[in-house]
Parts: sequence; structure tokens; C-alpha cells
Amino acid sequence: MSALAFDLTVDHGAFALRTCETLPLTGITAVMGASGSGKSTLLRALAGLEPAARGRVELGGVVLQDTAAGVCLPPHRRGIGYVFQDARLFAHRNVSGNLRYALARARPGAAAPNFDDVVAALDLAPLLGRRVGGLSGGERQRVAIARALLANPRLLLLDEPLAALDLKRKAELLPYIRQLPERFGIPLIYVSHAVEEVAQLANEVLILSAGQVVARGEVHAVLQQPEAEAVSGHFDAGVVLDGRVDGQVPEYALTEIAVAGQRMSVPRIDAAVGSPVRLRVRARDVAIALQRVEGISIRNQLAARVLRITRDSTSANAEVLLDLGQDPGGAHLRARVTREAVTTLGLAETQRVWALVKSVSFEPPQ
Amino acid sequence: MNDLDLGPVWLTLRLAGVTVALLLLIGTPLAWWLAHTRTRVKPLIEALTALPLVLPPTVIGFYLLVLFAPAGVLGEPWLRLTGQTLTFSFSGLVLASMIYSLPFVVQPLQGAFEAVGRGPLEAAAVLGARPLDAFFSVASPLALRGYVTASVLGFAHTLGEFGVVLMVGGNIPGRTRVISIAIYEQVETLNFAQAHLLSAGLLLFSFAVLVLVYALNRRFPVHAA
Repeated sequence: MSALAFDLTVDHGAFALRTCETLPLTGITAVMGASGSGKSTLLRALAGLEPAARGRVELGGVVLQDTAAGVCLPPHRRGIGYVFQDARLFAHRNVSGNLRYALARARPGAAAPNFDDVVAALDLAPLLGRRVGGLSGGERQRVAIARALLANPRLLLLDEPLAALDLKRKAELLPYIRQLPERFGIPLIYVSHAVEEVAQLANEVLILSAGQVVARGEVHAVLQQPEAEAVSGHFDAGVVLDGRVDGQVPEYALTEIAVAGQRMSVPRIDAAVGSPVRLRVRARDVAIALQRVEGISIRNQLAARVLRITRDSTSANAEVLLDLGQDPGGAHLRARVTREAVTTLGLAETQRVWALVKSVSFEPPQ
Repeated sequence: MNDLDLGPVWLTLRLAGVTVALLLLIGTPLAWWLAHTRTRVKPLIEALTALPLVLPPTVIGFYLLVLFAPAGVLGEPWLRLTGQTLTFSFSGLVLASMIYSLPFVVQPLQGAFEAVGRGPLEAAAVLGARPLDAFFSVASPLALRGYVTASVLGFAHTLGEFGVVLMVGGNIPGRTRVISIAIYEQVETLNFAQAHLLSAGLLLFSFAVLVLVYALNRRFPVHAA
């Protein structure tokens, strides 16, 4: 797949964005950051919507902007799609009209997404004749994503497309977005300040703070760095676990997940046995026991080994990093317990313990 | 009564029609620029555009007369190019009406373009639309109500002008005698019956036009993007 290289400066007086990165565009790359960190500015600069942007942008070997050489392609010639936070559907056209607007102006190319495929991928068939004014927030974003795809972009930028939606709608939309890169062969850059979304979608993560990239790398690694915690807030810090669906328990609306050779059970996930899933486990939802506990409501008891204990003498809490797997460098869990508990249990590094996770602590499944 | 001269009516409708058509052509880029520019001279241009709203028609008429005179800044080249004078001619009336009715066309258009904003244009651009394409396919349909308001107000306002026409055009039947001038003349010659007919006609027409504008505004609410 193509790479995106940029070296951009956007000076807005009080705020300045300075970034220089080369991203291997495979699947979904997430750009995370708190409000005002420059996420949207970066995306707008890449798309050519930011007149103050100076520097260089190169996508798959094609120079889109090179201020020093006097090159700056306008947005309509960059071949970069953009899904705005507020959808920006055209109010004078119905859903089908919005989609056909993009189709009529699509970048020429053999592999252009087919109208019917895009409509099917985003479940838009029942909406085609509707006026855009009557659509719900989630429907609007599905139409906006479909419209962007039909323009046949080489890269699709999504600027917090779920920000305006409630939790349930967010969870409904995530699977639609996750399938796009593979189904249409288009890499995505996904901007969000929500760790849950990033954990569910991204392969590669880039964290922005005050206009600069402060962390970058593979999703599991980056989400455990303190920079990610600065975005999610200490309270919601946690880890991402990769697992596979191991079985369904319809009777109790539970799904069994195999993680690092162990089993967890979580509220029902609509996925076939064997399909990969990601679970985000917050540190505050993990407790530690010295042996397996009987007669307790917590269903998930995972054998673990203490890797590291982080204590802060000014705080009541301590963070315990746990290793779940047999092989080193495998799946980790973070547990937030009191310092007092660490002392009383006599926890120490390399010690074997049990990590307890309440099934109901997981976000509403996708 | 039966010898009512309809000439001024047709002339007035023709004047208003031509004026509005030309104003929409010129007013669109001007209103677009005013809606999107970030230049510091914007208030200056906006004030210039709005000036005909507050100036007495006689002041506008007086300066236009000076400009349009056969030796004037505009009148002299016009005479050289067309062989006709701008004063006391239909062309002169059109030019004068355009200046007189300019704010009634530019201001609704500017308001409509500002209401549409940059959002839909950016959305069109990232879908591959060139700026001119985005204007015709997105901005102008979304600003439709502004166009309706601008056309109707510009038309109605041109119908009702008097002072400027009198100063620049005089009272030449078939060329510059519009309804308002004809009414004035009928009153001067104590032909009240004819003055009534023309006045009531203009009153009813203007009222009907305004009702139409407000009705349209209800039927087609501004598109919020």
C-alpha cells in the first residue's frame, strides 16, 4: 500500500501545528489527541483545506504540496476523501442525490468503488429516497462515509465522525468503519479523542499534543504509553487485549473469548466463532487475588504474573502491570489497586497471581 | 378612461426586468466576494453598496446626471461607442436603476451566501468539485431563497423609483416615461382618474409581489447544511 509523508506547519497565531511523519498506510491509522491538540488542523492541512498550511505532503509518490517549490494542489485535485464531524450532506439533494454527486465527480480509476457495493456496505438501500434533513446522526454519517468512498479517494480522512453520536450509535457505526480498508482497498486516517474507538479500529496510532506528535506506533504499545493516558484521562487508562471468539452462550447473552491461552466471558458480541475481537480493559476494572477465588460473582479469573508495580507515595493507588501469557512480551493487563492492598498482599515482581475482571465492566459490545 | 396609455406600464416592466437580470449577473460575484472576503476594506465596499438605501434619490440622480452628461466621465465614452447619449435614454435609465436598486439585490444574496457558509463548499471540493462547479451545484441551489428575494425586491424597488428617473431620464414617452413619472404627470394635469388607475395598479402589484416573497419564504425554508 501507499505511504503518506508530510512535513507540515500551520501557524494560527496562538496555536501552531508542526508535524513531520511518514505513515505506512495500511488499514486504519488513528490520530488521537485532546481537544485543541491539532488533530483536525492536521487532517484539514492534508486535504488542502487549510490555507495557512506550509510544507510538504506526498501521497504514494505523488507530491500534493511543496510550498518551497510553489506546488499546492487544491482539495478537489488531491484525491483525498474527507468525512466531516458534522457530515455536511447537501440539503438540496436526497440521500441518493448526495451519493451520485460524488459518483459524478469520482477520480478516474479502474478500482473505483461500485455504487451498489458501497450502498450495501453501509446499509443505505432503505435510505436512498430519503431527504437528508430527516436522517438520524448515525444515518447521516453512514451517508457521508458512502459519499466520500464513491469519489474514489486514494486515502480517506475521518474527522471524529462519531463525536456527535451517543454510545449506542457509536457502537453500531464502528463495524461499518472497521471493514472499509479491506473491502474497498482504501486506507483510512481516523481522528478521535476516544480511546475506545481507537482501540477498536486502529492498527497504527499517532498521538498529538499541542500541535506536535508526542507518540506513535502500533496500537497496543501506544495505548499503554503515558501520552495515551493524557488523552483518555488517568481514570480510564487501560490496555487493549486481542482475542478470538471461542463460543456463544445465548442463554445468558454472553460471549466466550480466548485471550492469551485463557478464557474470558463478556457481554454478547455479534461475531462468528473464530473471528478476532479487541477488548479494552480499564485498569480500574481489574482486581488481584493471590489464589483462585471461589464463591464470587466475578466470572473472569486469569492466571497472571506481576511484571511491575508502580507506586506514588502521594496517592492511595498503585498500578500493577500483569503478564497474562506464557511467552514473554505477550498480552498485558493493568490493575489499579490501593497501595495498602499491595503491601498487605505482599505483591512483588514475578509473583504468580490471579487477575479478576468483571464481565459487565466492558463497554457495550460493538 | 378608455384612452389610458399603457406605454409607461410596459416600459416600466421592461426596465425592471432588464435591471434585475443585469444586477443578478453583477451582484452575484460582488455578493460572493463580500460573503467570503477577509480583506480590511470590506466595510468600505459594504457601505458603498448600501449607500443608495440612505441617499435621497435626487442626490443619486444629480451625480448620475453629471456622470452621464455627453461630456461626463461615463456619458462621453458611451456617446463615442454607441452614438447615443446616456441621459434621457432607456440605457441611461437601466444604468441608473442598477445603481439605485443595487443594495436590494446584493444584500439578500450576500446574506444567503453567508448562511450557506464554507462547509458545503469544502465538502464539494473534497468530493472532486472544482470551485465553479461547487458554486453552481452546491452554493447557488442552497442560496435559492436569497435569489428569489433579491429578484423580487430588486424588481419591485425598480418599479417604484421616481426621483432618479426624473433627474436622469426626464419624461419622454416610450423611452423614459415610467409609471411613477406618468402618475406624477396625470396629477399635475389634474387627471385624477388615470392617476388612480396607475397608482392602484402599482399598489396592488407591489403588494402581490411581497405576498409572493413571504409565501415562498415559508414554502422553501433556508436550507441549513
